[in-house]
Amino acid sequence: MRRFVFVARAVAWRSVHNALANPAILLPSLIFPLFFLAAFAGGLSRVGDVPNFDYKPGYTAFQYAFVFLQSAAFGGVFTGFAIARDFDSGFARRLLLTAPRRSGIIAGYALGALVRWLLTAVVITIAALIAGMDVAGNGIELVGIVGLGIGMNLVAALWACGVAMFLRTEQAGALIQMPVFIVLFLAPVYVPLKLLSGWIHSVARFNPATAALEAARGLLAGSPVKVLLAFGLLVAGAAVFSVWARRGLASAERAG
Amino acid sequence: MSSSAAARPAFAGGGAGGGGSLAATPALRSPSLVEQVAAIARRSVVRTFRQRALLVFPLVFPLILFAINGSALGAARKIHGFPPVSYRDFALAVPFIQGALFVAVSAGTDLARDIQSGFFDRLALTPLRGSALLAGQLGGAVVVACVQSLVYLLVGIATGVGIASGFGGALVLLALSILIAFGFAGLGALIALRLGTGEAVQGFFPLLFVTVFLSSSSLPRNLIKTDWFKEVATYNPVSYLIEGIRSLIITGWDGQALALGFGFALLLSVLTLGFAGAAMKNRLVRT
Amino acid sequence: MSARDAAIEVEGLVREFKKGPRAVDGIDLAVQPGEIYGFLGPNGAGKSTTVLMLTTLLPPTSGCARVGGYDIVKDGAHVRASIGAALQEAALDAILTGREHLKLQATLQGMPKAEREQRGQELLERVGLTEAADRRVGGYSGGMKRRLDLALALVHSPRILFLDEPTTGLDLQSRTALWEEVARLAREEGMTVFLTTQYLEEADALADRVGIIDHGHIVAEGTPMQLKDEVGNPTVEVVPADVSDCDKFTTAVASFGTTARGERGAVTVQLPGGESQLAEIVRVLDQAQLKVASLQLHQPSLDDVFLAKTGRKLEGAGGEDDEQ
Repeated sequence: MRRFVFVARAVAWRSVHNALANPAILLPSLIFPLFFLAAFAGGLSRVGDVPNFDYKPGYTAFQYAFVFLQSAAFGGVFTGFAIARDFDSGFARRLLLTAPRRSGIIAGYALGALVRWLLTAVVITIAALIAGMDVAGNGIELVGIVGLGIGMNLVAALWACGVAMFLRTEQAGALIQMPVFIVLFLAPVYVPLKLLSGWIHSVARFNPATAALEAARGLLAGSPVKVLLAFGLLVAGAAVFSVWARRGLASAERAG
Repeated sequence: MSSSAAARPAFAGGGAGGGGSLAATPALRSPSLVEQVAAIARRSVVRTFRQRALLVFPLVFPLILFAINGSALGAARKIHGFPPVSYRDFALAVPFIQGALFVAVSAGTDLARDIQSGFFDRLALTPLRGSALLAGQLGGAVVVACVQSLVYLLVGIATGVGIASGFGGALVLLALSILIAFGFAGLGALIALRLGTGEAVQGFFPLLFVTVFLSSSSLPRNLIKTDWFKEVATYNPVSYLIEGIRSLIITGWDGQALALGFGFALLLSVLTLGFAGAAMKNRLVRT
Repeated sequence: MSARDAAIEVEGLVREFKKGPRAVDGIDLAVQPGEIYGFLGPNGAGKSTTVLMLTTLLPPTSGCARVGGYDIVKDGAHVRASIGAALQEAALDAILTGREHLKLQATLQGMPKAEREQRGQELLERVGLTEAADRRVGGYSGGMKRRLDLALALVHSPRILFLDEPTTGLDLQSRTALWEEVARLAREEGMTVFLTTQYLEEADALADRVGIIDHGHIVAEGTPMQLKDEVGNPTVEVVPADVSDCDKFTTAVASFGTTARGERGAVTVQLPGGESQLAEIVRVLDQAQLKVASLQLHQPSLDDVFLAKTGRKLEGAGGEDDEQ
């Protein structure tokens, strides 16, 4: 256990240090969520006037919840990019050779992703508050939102970790990113689930991301909904993708 | 391996033909401008069609977004003042612009790769003119844009989008879309020629992506509620490019929208081509 | 040999870069038609910069040069029509096939359509790439890429060929094959070859005459035999058993001739008095109680020529990259 923690800490430290020391890595992860917040909350605010759109905190908060979770998911995705880069540069091989507990490597990357995302989360929350976002949830409910973000970040990081370790090349980027992007956007991004119609309504109903998104919005509004379901799905997702990431690590070990 | 001078033809001044003398240099043979452009354009097209990811992704990604947004924002048509069409009809204009961005990045990355790899120097050693190299690269990009635009249009129609301006309007739509792609390709080429690396070109992509978002891509300008966003969208030329295409789909023949759309597309093309031409002169250093 | 008849004539050629030293600092040379001229020097000496100027891809800061009888500044287009060039990188398009490269090159050189395919096939056979002709270049080995590079340089039948470090990174077999082809081009077709290299054996084996360049100056020029005869002296290379004794070794042998440091603490000393001084050196080292790991006697090489002219060994002498 001690070696596991030691390895995880070392890998996480490197991940965070590289991001903070390299604006080219740090800035996109900060700027893009801000941009999405501005574009969706700003450009689409009129959508909040659609009949039966009755989200009390307003459209800014409605979109904040999505951008919050999206940034968490993409924080995990960016970690996958970093892992793929490490394989391309040969650094990953060095890690595999040196680490006494290799599963700690996965934990380290995931931890690094989380720390980096928390910084992003603070920035976009401040931006949303400055933009006049209304927050009706109490302290526990807000902690719940952070918990959802952490869960989303972990699931995405483990998914990305697995893909990166299976493919071991930067060219895996699109394969890491696209499924996450599509899953997120097949959730009720612009309007609540009840205002969706057609095929997208059918897909969104069963999309696990929908539960997380609705739970986050509910917590923000002070009217929690689907919170247990959302956390349950995130825990299940983390378990499944842990196995996926571990299999990816085994594949990387076999390749040498 | 012997390098004895005696094994070589004697160094002779002005021997007729054959070894050891400077035989008469062939007269300057320069292919016509059309041939030069065609050769470069052919190469550009072949390269794109052989890299499936470069072709498939720019086709598929905008259509995925179109499918998702066309459905997810369906409720937007209930907003008071929204045009009397489905949101899908409203949204079809956007893939044409997104496709143009991919064309820009692809054209720029190709050129940057040639510069970085030294292939550019190889071309510089031939009689190839800088203008022909630029025109050929952009010509190749236009061919790809034609394919993309046709696919977007056909998919749109297949999913039930009606083209209010009819068959003639569809042709005008394709022409406008290709002109827009040409202008953006010029932008990609300009960035490549000025900065010389593929990373620099790809670094601009998010910026271009942002300009599409900060426009009337999602809602008509008059329905944008947030003042600063509306202001930005009003001054953003991309809004008029989108509205030009959109007018042909949902309105019919809107002279003003078309004039603005074609006007900005032409302006973009002229400006980017002009600056790219100057950048090509600086880059293609030859005495 | 008259400069008037020279395939390549260079007079006082200079290239300065902003905020940097002069990469080429006033060189003069003349290459006769049909000659293989080896331009030898370490990394950063100015070889590639010289080639870029002579192939019209970089304007000189001052000085003049004529290639194929044409001024490189005023008649650039004619110069380019007269020359073929394989530059430092085998600049190829990984997505195109070998045959497509040749077709593109032939088109851009203004070759009539009817001749392009035939010329391409001829060159593919010449460089041994017929079987790989329709495969994408991205799958070629380093040697194959260099061969294609050479073929592309020959498409328009130039009289003068520039090769910038053509065998760098190649295995021995590929290198030898390329040498043979270059020698054949000069021998059978009378092609003038201007070849830059940092490999002594390449210059020694291929070149009719060698110009040695260092820090932008030509420090020696002549046939390989002439240059080695000029130096004339054998050298002794002593490797101390303890690298920290390097200074003591240098002091001990300094009285015999010019010394230089090499890799792993090796000390090289020229023997103006010939091989007979070897015994004396051994005695001196023994008296000084200096332990020797190895001791070798070398006959003069081009590296010794470089050492004599610059005080440094050619191998390991280069520090900076050529500025481009």
